[in-house]
Amino acid sequence: MADDQKKDEAQPQPPAGGAAEAPKPVAAEEKKAAPPPKPAAPAKPAIGPEPLDNELVRRLRARFGTALGDATLDRKQAIIVVRERLIEICEYLKAEEKFDFLTDLTAVDWFDRQPRFDVILNLYSFPHNQRLRLKATVGDTCPSVTGVWPGANWLERECYDMFGIRFEGHPNLKRILMPDEWKGYPLRKDYDILKQDTDWVRENIGIESGQ
Amino acid sequence: MAKDNGSQFGVETTVLGADEIILNMGPQHPSTHGVLRVKLKLDGEKVVASECIIGYLHRGVEKIGENRTYPQFAPYVDRTDYVAAVSNGLGYCEAVEKLLGAEAPPRARWVRTILTELQRIASHLLWLGTHALDIGAITPLFYTFREREEILKIFEKYCGARLTTHAFRIGGLQYETYGGFEDEVKAFCRDFDKRIDEYEELLTSNRIWVERTRNIGVISAEHAIAMAVSGPILRGSGIRWDIRKAMPYAAYDQFQFDIPIGQRGDTYDRYLVRLEEMRQSRRILLQAVESIPEGPILARVGKVIKPPPGEVYHSIEAPKGELGYYIVSDGTTQPYRLRIRPPSFINLQALDRMVQGHLVADVVAIIGTIDIVLGEVDR
Repeated sequence: MADDQKKDEAQPQPPAGGAAEAPKPVAAEEKKAAPPPKPAAPAKPAIGPEPLDNELVRRLRARFGTALGDATLDRKQAIIVVRERLIEICEYLKAEEKFDFLTDLTAVDWFDRQPRFDVILNLYSFPHNQRLRLKATVGDTCPSVTGVWPGANWLERECYDMFGIRFEGHPNLKRILMPDEWKGYPLRKDYDILKQDTDWVRENIGIESGQ
Repeated sequence: MAKDNGSQFGVETTVLGADEIILNMGPQHPSTHGVLRVKLKLDGEKVVASECIIGYLHRGVEKIGENRTYPQFAPYVDRTDYVAAVSNGLGYCEAVEKLLGAEAPPRARWVRTILTELQRIASHLLWLGTHALDIGAITPLFYTFREREEILKIFEKYCGARLTTHAFRIGGLQYETYGGFEDEVKAFCRDFDKRIDEYEELLTSNRIWVERTRNIGVISAEHAIAMAVSGPILRGSGIRWDIRKAMPYAAYDQFQFDIPIGQRGDTYDRYLVRLEEMRQSRRILLQAVESIPEGPILARVGKVIKPPPGEVYHSIEAPKGELGYYIVSDGTTQPYRLRIRPPSFINLQALDRMVQGHLVADVVAIIGTIDIVLGEVDR
């Protein structure tokens, strides 16, 4: 199953020319084009994602089947890819597996992949003292988990603010760190680090050049 | 009015009752500890609902992280929680080390533990002084800053900086400890026990202090977990959870210390928890400083830090709660994605529920007790 997807996980970068050591300009676009496929891999200790198969994964697979993608262990940390039925899986994990604490919710932009985003949910279980990372592959909409963990509220707002992922069912989805009228989503990979919403800057700060 | 299900935040300012007014607190208000703006909906002097407006200090630290090499980004993390820079540095360096599959040598881990515990005390001292000041007790500030100064002097001697220290490097330490480092830490610890007693004398049974903090800003254990609150707030609500014990890092598994908890989850309990944490930090310091192992201080991580592809989440118990770094590497010298899990930001979420039904003056006490740093809230 999904052999190329696994490869996707292990080597997120599309192979391209250019030396990695070359001084890199700060622009995000340029960064994309830099690394050769396997930078000095043999010299490094073999760490990286490997398949994971434990009791929890088996229970989840039995219940949710193809809604789950790969389960991997990376740096001794369990990661499970969720393709669909995110809310059901979260409710199950909270109620049955006692993952009662949503440590963190964030996203990663794989800008040339379909679907484009990974929404990362970092779960923690107090009774088992165990962490689990869910990786929901989503386009630009994702179901909101505020119904499962109310603490997701601001985290999802931040995610929306920075990546433009719309969380369906969120009670108050609006920007949190950027100004409400700002255009663009700063943490997307196609949003250059020097980019500004020049109209907003001109209007609100009064800087003519907008920078 | 905001629904009381714990997930409904933000005020819908539609129709105001005859007695209801909207009050803006901040962003230029001394008790909001920076540029936090709180919109309060009041019924008389009672708070009905609140909404935090943040982002005034947003600098895009995570975006900067994606455009800097791993070592280049290390000084930036000092500027998130800028009153606990050493803790930030520890979290970041350990996260990158985990990503690399490297580990700092024992001596480095010991020194890191010592400096981080000193930083925890310094951060709590700053919290105590300003928290008391907000409520009206001016005196503790002078005492706490006196001790904090001692700690900052140790930092300054160690790495040349007092506030944004950049004390650690990926793989260990840049600098050896200076001559007399152990003695100075010991001297600080020797006096510090009595100093905490002094603060307690000023506050713990002070009637005004108790009246202003008892049963103010109560947060139950269930609600604290639901809102993903961590650190002293979670412990103040009676959850005995500390990452130093639950998932030890640096050299914390080597030392004896207790995790203080509160019972009621109110502002007073959180005050007691933080005071006891300072005592426990002192305990750790005394053990650590006696047993610093000899040896190298920097692991071999190479001049160019280039972690193999993959990802890691590493978190530490910062003075304000769980500080986590989630880093995705694509095998280059720069992170593909760098996420900081800021304790202040997530703890601040609980403010709305904590202030409901209290007076405006109590809002000041509750903001103080959450112990936020806006550099970390806004990043």
